[in-house]
Amino acid sequence: MSATQTPLPSWTGRVREAAVGALPPEKLLPDSQPTYVASWIYVFGVAGIASLVVIIASGCVLALKGPAWWHYTGVGHFFNSIHLWAVELFFFAMVVHLWGKYWMAAWRGGRARVWITGAVIFLVAVPTALTGYVSQQNFDAQWISTQAKDGLNSVGVGAFFNVTNFGQMYSYHVLLLPAAVVALVVAHVLLVRRHGVVPPFALEDRTASSEVASAERGSARAVGEVPSSPTNRAPS
Amino acid sequence: MSLASVLGAVFNLNHSAHVVEWHFIQLSVANIVVIALMIVVFALAIVLPFPGAARRRGESS
Repeated sequence: MSATQTPLPSWTGRVREAAVGALPPEKLLPDSQPTYVASWIYVFGVAGIASLVVIIASGCVLALKGPAWWHYTGVGHFFNSIHLWAVELFFFAMVVHLWGKYWMAAWRGGRARVWITGAVIFLVAVPTALTGYVSQQNFDAQWISTQAKDGLNSVGVGAFFNVTNFGQMYSYHVLLLPAAVVALVVAHVLLVRRHGVVPPFALEDRTASSEVASAERGSARAVGEVPSSPTNRAPS
Repeated sequence: MSLASVLGAVFNLNHSAHVVEWHFIQLSVANIVVIALMIVVFALAIVLPFPGAARRRGESS
Protein backbone atom coordinates (compact mmCIF):
# COMPACT_ATOMS: atom_id res chain seq x y z
CA MET A 1 0.00 0.00 0.00
CA SER A 2 1.37 3.40 -0.93
CA ALA A 3 1.50 6.24 1.57
CA THR A 4 -1.00 8.36 -0.43
CA GLN A 5 -3.64 5.65 -0.88
CA THR A 6 -6.68 6.09 1.31
CA PRO A 7 -7.24 2.98 3.37
CA LEU A 8 -10.50 1.23 2.74
CA PRO A 9 -13.03 1.99 5.46
CA SER A 10 -14.42 -0.79 7.59
CA TRP A 11 -17.83 -2.25 6.79
CA THR A 12 -19.37 0.11 9.32
CA GLY A 13 -17.72 3.01 7.53
CA ARG A 14 -18.96 1.81 4.16
CA VAL A 15 -22.49 1.39 5.52
CA ARG A 16 -22.33 4.88 7.05
CA GLU A 17 -21.14 6.42 3.79
CA ALA A 18 -23.84 4.65 1.81
CA ALA A 19 -26.56 5.62 4.29
CA VAL A 20 -25.55 9.28 4.50
CA GLY A 21 -25.13 9.36 0.72
CA ALA A 22 -28.61 7.97 0.17
CA LEU A 23 -30.25 9.98 2.92
CA PRO A 24 -28.29 13.07 3.98
CA PRO A 25 -29.58 14.64 7.23
CA GLU A 26 -31.35 17.52 5.43
CA LYS A 27 -33.34 14.96 3.40
CA LEU A 28 -34.00 12.65 6.34
CA LEU A 29 -35.35 15.44 8.54
CA PRO A 30 -36.30 18.33 6.25
CA ASP A 31 -37.36 21.72 7.61
CA SER A 32 -40.15 22.19 5.08
CA GLN A 33 -42.08 20.42 2.36
CA PRO A 34 -43.26 21.63 -1.07
CA THR A 35 -46.59 23.47 -1.10
CA TYR A 36 -48.39 20.58 -2.83
CA VAL A 37 -47.82 18.43 0.26
CA ALA A 38 -50.49 20.58 1.98
CA SER A 39 -53.21 18.03 1.16
CA TRP A 40 -55.57 15.90 3.23
CA ILE A 41 -54.30 12.78 1.45
CA TYR A 42 -51.04 12.95 3.43
CA VAL A 43 -52.97 13.42 6.67
CA PHE A 44 -54.37 9.95 6.10
CA GLY A 45 -50.87 8.54 5.60
CA VAL A 46 -49.80 10.02 8.93
CA ALA A 47 -53.08 8.88 10.52
CA GLY A 48 -52.21 5.35 9.42
CA ILE A 49 -48.82 5.58 11.15
CA ALA A 50 -50.45 7.06 14.28
CA SER A 51 -52.96 4.19 14.31
CA LEU A 52 -50.10 1.72 13.94
CA VAL A 53 -48.40 3.20 17.02
CA VAL A 54 -51.62 2.70 19.03
CA ILE A 55 -51.98 -0.84 17.63
CA ILE A 56 -48.43 -1.77 18.67
CA ALA A 57 -48.77 -0.17 22.12
CA SER A 58 -52.14 -1.80 22.91
CA GLY A 59 -50.91 -5.07 21.40
CA CYS A 60 -47.91 -5.03 23.73
CA VAL A 61 -50.25 -4.74 26.73
CA LEU A 62 -52.40 -7.60 25.43
CA ALA A 63 -49.30 -9.73 24.76
CA LEU A 64 -47.97 -9.06 28.27
CA LYS A 65 -51.22 -10.17 29.89
CA GLY A 66 -51.84 -13.19 27.65
CA PRO A 67 -54.46 -14.07 25.05
CA ALA A 68 -57.35 -14.82 27.44
CA TRP A 69 -56.99 -11.79 29.77
CA TRP A 70 -59.31 -9.57 27.78
CA HIS A 71 -62.17 -12.04 28.24
CA TYR A 72 -62.50 -11.76 32.01
CA THR A 73 -61.35 -8.25 32.99
CA GLY A 74 -62.79 -4.85 32.19
CA VAL A 75 -59.33 -3.36 31.61
CA GLY A 76 -58.51 -6.25 29.29
CA HIS A 77 -61.71 -5.64 27.36
CA PHE A 78 -60.82 -1.95 27.12
CA PHE A 79 -57.36 -2.66 25.67
CA ASN A 80 -58.80 -5.23 23.29
CA SER A 81 -61.29 -2.62 22.04
CA ILE A 82 -58.53 -0.03 21.66
CA HIS A 83 -56.53 -2.60 19.68
CA LEU A 84 -59.49 -3.49 17.43
CA TRP A 85 -60.61 0.08 16.69
CA ALA A 86 -57.04 1.24 16.05
CA VAL A 87 -56.84 -1.53 13.44
CA GLU A 88 -60.10 -0.30 11.89
CA LEU A 89 -58.70 3.23 11.72
CA PHE A 90 -55.38 1.93 10.36
CA PHE A 91 -57.09 0.22 7.43
CA PHE A 92 -59.48 3.13 6.86
CA ALA A 93 -56.67 5.70 6.73
CA MET A 94 -54.42 3.43 4.67
CA VAL A 95 -57.11 2.78 2.05
CA VAL A 96 -57.94 6.50 1.63
CA HIS A 97 -54.20 7.28 1.37
CA LEU A 98 -53.70 4.45 -1.16
CA TRP A 99 -56.63 5.62 -3.30
CA GLY A 100 -55.27 9.15 -3.33
CA LYS A 101 -51.76 8.06 -4.26
CA TYR A 102 -53.10 5.74 -6.97
CA TRP A 103 -54.96 8.58 -8.71
CA MET A 104 -51.90 10.80 -8.31
CA ALA A 105 -49.76 8.10 -10.00
CA ALA A 106 -47.37 8.26 -7.08
CA TRP A 107 -44.89 5.91 -8.79
CA ARG A 108 -43.81 8.67 -11.22
CA GLY A 109 -40.28 10.05 -11.22
CA GLY A 110 -38.45 6.96 -10.00
CA ARG A 111 -40.80 6.45 -7.05
CA ALA A 112 -41.83 2.88 -7.92
CA ARG A 113 -40.40 1.51 -4.67
CA VAL A 114 -42.30 4.12 -2.64
CA TRP A 115 -45.58 3.00 -4.24
CA ILE A 116 -44.74 -0.71 -4.03
CA THR A 117 -43.84 -0.60 -0.33
CA GLY A 118 -47.09 1.28 0.36
CA ALA A 119 -49.19 -1.27 -1.51
CA VAL A 120 -47.33 -4.20 0.08
CA ILE A 121 -47.98 -2.74 3.56
CA PHE A 122 -51.69 -3.12 2.82
CA LEU A 123 -51.22 -6.69 1.56
CA VAL A 124 -49.17 -7.73 4.63
CA ALA A 125 -51.59 -5.96 6.99
CA VAL A 126 -54.45 -8.20 5.81
CA PRO A 127 -52.96 -11.49 7.15
CA THR A 128 -51.75 -9.58 10.21
CA ALA A 129 -55.36 -8.68 10.97
CA LEU A 130 -56.62 -12.16 10.06
CA THR A 131 -54.21 -13.87 12.47
CA GLY A 132 -55.49 -11.45 15.14
CA TYR A 133 -59.11 -12.38 14.49
CA VAL A 134 -58.31 -16.11 14.77
CA SER A 135 -56.39 -15.51 18.04
CA GLN A 136 -59.37 -14.09 19.92
CA GLN A 137 -60.09 -17.33 21.80
CA ASN A 138 -63.84 -17.15 21.20
CA PHE A 139 -66.54 -18.43 18.83
CA ASP A 140 -65.74 -15.66 16.34
CA ALA A 141 -62.18 -16.96 16.14
CA GLN A 142 -63.42 -20.53 15.60
CA TRP A 143 -65.77 -19.44 12.84
CA ILE A 144 -63.21 -17.22 11.09
CA SER A 145 -60.41 -19.79 11.32
CA THR A 146 -62.49 -22.62 9.87
CA GLN A 147 -63.75 -20.38 7.06
CA ALA A 148 -60.18 -19.19 6.41
CA LYS A 149 -58.94 -22.81 6.45
CA ASP A 150 -61.40 -23.75 3.71
CA GLY A 151 -60.55 -20.64 1.71
CA LEU A 152 -56.80 -21.15 1.96
CA ASN A 153 -57.08 -24.87 1.20
CA SER A 154 -59.16 -24.09 -1.87
CA VAL A 155 -56.31 -22.03 -3.33
CA GLY A 156 -53.69 -24.62 -2.39
CA VAL A 157 -51.70 -22.81 0.30
CA GLY A 158 -53.13 -24.67 3.28
CA ALA A 159 -50.07 -26.90 3.59
CA PHE A 160 -47.80 -24.04 4.61
CA PHE A 161 -49.68 -22.92 7.71
CA ASN A 162 -52.69 -23.97 9.72
CA VAL A 163 -55.07 -21.18 10.65
CA THR A 164 -56.78 -23.43 13.20
CA ASN A 165 -53.46 -23.82 15.06
CA PHE A 166 -53.77 -21.15 17.75
CA GLY A 167 -50.11 -21.19 18.80
CA GLN A 168 -48.89 -20.77 15.24
CA MET A 169 -51.37 -17.99 14.44
CA TYR A 170 -50.68 -16.18 17.72
CA SER A 171 -46.93 -16.13 17.09
CA TYR A 172 -47.53 -14.93 13.54
CA HIS A 173 -49.78 -12.20 14.91
CA VAL A 174 -47.64 -10.88 17.75
CA LEU A 175 -44.20 -11.17 16.12
CA LEU A 176 -43.64 -12.13 12.50
CA LEU A 177 -46.32 -10.15 10.69
CA PRO A 178 -46.19 -6.97 12.85
CA ALA A 179 -42.40 -6.94 12.39
CA ALA A 180 -42.94 -7.11 8.63
CA VAL A 181 -45.53 -4.29 8.72
CA VAL A 182 -43.30 -2.05 10.84
CA ALA A 183 -40.24 -2.76 8.66
CA LEU A 184 -42.25 -1.92 5.53
CA VAL A 185 -43.61 1.29 7.06
CA VAL A 186 -40.09 2.39 8.03
CA ALA A 187 -38.84 1.57 4.51
CA HIS A 188 -41.80 3.45 3.01
CA VAL A 189 -41.17 6.60 5.05
CA LEU A 190 -37.41 6.51 4.34
CA LEU A 191 -38.11 6.09 0.61
CA VAL A 192 -40.50 9.06 0.73
CA ARG A 193 -37.74 11.07 2.40
CA ARG A 194 -35.20 9.98 -0.18
CA HIS A 195 -37.28 10.56 -3.33
CA GLY A 196 -39.53 13.32 -2.04
CA VAL A 197 -43.32 13.50 -2.29
CA VAL A 198 -44.52 13.06 -5.86
CA PRO A 199 -45.35 16.43 -7.47
CA PRO A 200 -48.77 16.96 -9.05
CA PHE A 201 -49.24 16.52 -12.78
CA ALA A 202 -47.90 19.59 -14.59
CA LEU A 203 -50.65 22.10 -15.40
CA GLU A 204 -49.23 22.71 -18.90
CA ASP A 205 -49.66 19.01 -19.72
CA ARG A 206 -53.35 19.23 -18.93
CA THR A 207 -53.87 22.51 -20.76
CA ALA A 208 -51.87 21.25 -23.74
CA SER A 209 -53.85 18.02 -23.95
CA SER A 210 -57.17 19.86 -23.55
CA GLU A 211 -56.12 22.32 -26.29
CA VAL A 212 -55.28 19.40 -28.58
CA ALA A 213 -58.60 17.75 -27.78
CA SER A 214 -60.60 20.93 -28.39
CA ALA A 215 -58.68 21.56 -31.64
CA GLU A 216 -59.41 18.00 -32.74
CA ARG A 217 -63.09 18.44 -31.87
CA GLY A 218 -63.16 21.69 -33.82
CA SER A 219 -61.53 20.21 -36.92
CA ALA A 220 -63.74 17.12 -36.68
CA ARG A 221 -66.84 19.32 -36.60
CA ALA A 222 -65.53 21.25 -39.59
CA VAL A 223 -65.15 18.15 -41.78
CA GLY A 224 -67.90 16.04 -40.16
CA GLU A 225 -65.54 13.36 -38.80
CA VAL A 226 -65.70 11.44 -35.55
CA PRO A 227 -63.43 13.24 -33.04
CA SER A 228 -60.27 11.40 -32.12
CA SER A 229 -60.32 9.72 -28.74
CA PRO A 230 -57.93 7.40 -26.94
CA THR A 231 -60.06 4.47 -28.10
CA ASN A 232 -60.20 5.31 -31.78
CA ARG A 233 -56.90 7.13 -32.20
CA ALA A 234 -54.45 5.35 -34.49
CA PRO A 235 -51.40 3.94 -32.75
CA SER A 236 -48.41 6.21 -33.08
CA MET B 1 -77.57 2.71 32.81
CA SER B 2 -74.23 1.93 31.20
CA LEU B 3 -73.06 3.36 27.90
CA ALA B 4 -73.09 -0.13 26.40
CA SER B 5 -76.74 -0.64 27.22
CA VAL B 6 -77.63 2.81 25.84
CA LEU B 7 -75.83 2.06 22.58
CA GLY B 8 -77.33 -1.42 22.59
CA ALA B 9 -80.77 0.17 22.63
CA VAL B 10 -79.87 2.18 19.51
CA PHE B 11 -78.09 -0.62 17.66
CA ASN B 12 -79.59 -4.02 18.36
CA LEU B 13 -76.65 -6.39 17.92
CA ASN B 14 -78.39 -9.44 19.32
CA HIS B 15 -78.70 -11.18 15.98
CA SER B 16 -76.52 -12.48 13.17
CA ALA B 17 -75.10 -9.88 10.80
CA HIS B 18 -77.25 -8.51 8.01
CA VAL B 19 -75.66 -9.36 4.67
CA VAL B 20 -76.19 -8.27 1.09
CA GLU B 21 -75.84 -11.04 -1.49
CA TRP B 22 -75.38 -10.65 -5.22
CA HIS B 23 -74.39 -13.83 -7.06
CA PHE B 24 -71.16 -14.97 -5.38
CA ILE B 25 -70.55 -11.59 -3.70
CA GLN B 26 -71.58 -11.48 -0.06
CA LEU B 27 -70.98 -8.35 2.01
CA SER B 28 -72.13 -7.55 5.50
CA VAL B 29 -74.05 -4.31 5.88
CA ALA B 30 -71.42 -3.16 8.39
CA ASN B 31 -68.67 -3.60 5.78
CA ILE B 32 -70.75 -1.81 3.13
CA VAL B 33 -71.20 1.11 5.51
CA VAL B 34 -67.43 1.27 6.10
CA ILE B 35 -66.71 1.14 2.34
CA ALA B 36 -69.26 3.91 1.69
CA LEU B 37 -67.71 5.99 4.47
CA MET B 38 -64.24 5.55 2.95
CA ILE B 39 -65.52 6.74 -0.44
CA VAL B 40 -67.19 9.78 1.17
CA VAL B 41 -64.09 10.64 3.19
CA PHE B 42 -61.89 10.19 0.12
CA ALA B 43 -64.08 12.58 -1.88
CA LEU B 44 -63.99 15.11 0.95
CA ALA B 45 -60.19 14.77 1.20
CA ILE B 46 -59.94 15.69 -2.49
CA VAL B 47 -62.52 18.49 -2.46
CA LEU B 48 -61.98 20.24 0.86
CA PRO B 49 -59.20 22.85 0.93
CA PHE B 50 -56.34 22.10 3.29
CA PRO B 51 -55.97 24.74 6.03
CA GLY B 52 -53.18 27.17 5.14
CA ALA B 53 -52.57 25.68 1.68
CA ALA B 54 -53.55 28.89 -0.16
CA ARG B 55 -51.34 31.00 2.13
CA ARG B 56 -48.38 28.65 1.56
CA ARG B 57 -48.88 28.82 -2.20
CA GLY B 58 -48.99 32.59 -2.00
CA GLU B 59 -45.77 32.69 -0.01
CA SER B 60 -43.94 30.40 -2.41
CA SER B 61 -44.94 32.32 -5.57
